[in-house]
Amino acid sequence: MTATDISERAAIDREHSLFLLREMLRIRRFEEKAAEMYSLQKIHGFLHLYIGEEATGVGGMQAFTQQDNIVATYREHGQALARSMPARVLMAEMFGKATGCSHGHGGSMHFFDVTRRFYGGYAIVGGGLPVAVGLALADKMQNRQAITGCYFGDGAVAEGEFHESLNLAALWKLPIVFLCENNLYAMGTALERYQAQTDISRKASAYGLSSSAVDGMDVLAVEAAAKQAADFVRSGNGPYLLESRTYRFRAHSMADPDLYRTKEEIESWKKRDPITLFERKLRELGMLTDPDLARIESEIAGEIEDAVQFAEASPQEPTEDLLKDVGGQATR
Amino acid sequence: MTKMTYREAVRAAMRKALRDDPRVFLMGEDVGRYGGAFAVSLGLLAEFGPERIRDAPLSESAFVGAGIGAALGGMRPIVEIMTINFSMLAMDQILNNAATLRHMSGGQLNVPLVCRVATGGGRQMAAQHSHSLEGWYAHIPGIKVLTPATVSDAYGMLLAALHESDPVFIFEHAILYPLEGEVDESAETFDITRAAVIRSGSDVSLITYGGTLGKTMQAADRLASEGIDAEVIDLRILRPLDTQTIVNSVAKTHRAVIVDEAWRTGSFSAEISAQIMENAFDNLDAPVARVCSAEAPMPYAKHLEAATLPQVDQIIAAAQELVPRHG
Repeated sequence: MTATDISERAAIDREHSLFLLREMLRIRRFEEKAAEMYSLQKIHGFLHLYIGEEATGVGGMQAFTQQDNIVATYREHGQALARSMPARVLMAEMFGKATGCSHGHGGSMHFFDVTRRFYGGYAIVGGGLPVAVGLALADKMQNRQAITGCYFGDGAVAEGEFHESLNLAALWKLPIVFLCENNLYAMGTALERYQAQTDISRKASAYGLSSSAVDGMDVLAVEAAAKQAADFVRSGNGPYLLESRTYRFRAHSMADPDLYRTKEEIESWKKRDPITLFERKLRELGMLTDPDLARIESEIAGEIEDAVQFAEASPQEPTEDLLKDVGGQATR
Repeated sequence: MTKMTYREAVRAAMRKALRDDPRVFLMGEDVGRYGGAFAVSLGLLAEFGPERIRDAPLSESAFVGAGIGAALGGMRPIVEIMTINFSMLAMDQILNNAATLRHMSGGQLNVPLVCRVATGGGRQMAAQHSHSLEGWYAHIPGIKVLTPATVSDAYGMLLAALHESDPVFIFEHAILYPLEGEVDESAETFDITRAAVIRSGSDVSLITYGGTLGKTMQAADRLASEGIDAEVIDLRILRPLDTQTIVNSVAKTHRAVIVDEAWRTGSFSAEISAQIMENAFDNLDAPVARVCSAEAPMPYAKHLEAATLPQVDQIIAAAQELVPRHG
């Protein structure tokens, strides 16, 4: 069965399709609100928006159960929301509040939720991959029936940790899906300007890994490909590299003037906006009406408004607790 | 008490941990079939098999990171890094992940990882196998830094480290592996909180750790024959530092010589000196002295390496400089 066949079949399921649309919209609206809160100086530091890449976050996450481990990057709001982390603890984290998902220690780049096995946002490009390999190793050694989903961007492919991790995972046949979100830019440097081989999925073959690439703007295609990858891994075949080809519509971060790509390029990608594409498809299939969409948007708006109010009203972590969670302290 | 070498003590501790706790496994370069670059893990593969005595590729960053991930996933990994110079290849994982995850996650995660790292010079291994960089590690909040200098500590500190909930780095000075000593294998607990006064004295405190403890003890013996009564402190743990034992000693002797195989500039010896100044300034009768390695990459030739490393004569000279001549 091809990915397209699976996509078509999945598309028949209206409830699930509306769920996927809703999840993508939830990320989009959350990120728009985050940008607004950054402009209002409620959020500081680096803020990397996921807008444009929602199909990868949402489609990919459908392949993982609550028993599985997730490792993400500093552009991890989409994965966190798709992993069912409440918008309010994410917003509170970015506001630097005690109620944030990392108690205000992490900010936008470092969301954690151990109860959801969301092992965090890693802001050293490629730095999460070895940790993900270790989580998969622990599962294998303890015979846990779980896999690890490891998200990273195309920039990570240039790091030694990518190559070391793929090799180690393949060598030890570890249960891990490496999910590369290829948005074509490592910060401001275009893929063809930093990679001699721009087909990332092909790099897997050097380590004997199975791999494939998928249209990262098509949520059903990403979901199908991620589920295929996860099934492959769950069957004990070792790791898998899935490359999702996508694009970020916003700049690298809020601090980025976006001087390195043309407006025409951005506009051409926006014509393939994963949310618009999916909405159109659902309407064509008669699965989505204006009232449906209005209801979804209204529910999301409520969740995000609540998130902002919660973050605003939440207390700050007391300064006295600054050292509380530092490891390796004297115990005597 | 059982007589054994430092190497055998580390191996005995690993064997005990592997037998007692199914979560423990050893991972590193050539730890299995080869038996360890320093033969520390020799024989463990036969007893515990390749799942638990795990040969890793030459990928320091990946296997240290995998140790972090495995620790997060419920295991108790012991990761061996062949030499401290190689550990530079894993520094991203060590600093940005191992030391950071607990705090950065708001206390949700902790990383019970034990890393064993061979350190130090004296074996003509030149500039990429011989440095003493453990002081760099001691700079990092979030981890513990242990430097066993005795056979007993080589055994006990590793077992204690495996009961910690946060990352512990154990630096084994490679010159110590053949050292013989006694181990109490029946002991239930082992201290990793306090420095040790190895020799009590009243005229000067000689403060050291790891590979230079032997030379410092030799210096103390020779100083005694000259009528200078030196106290010798083995720091044992660089982080968290047992400042109190240092301060107590200096309060008694009023003089301190720090002996450290690392370089002098921006070093752990500078930290000890600062701690003495901050906490025992009024007790000092003389400036703190330091005996460190020459500020050069470690050379290969025997005479050059010897000229680079701290030597007994230098320790003696430094102590003599501080202690007023009797009569």
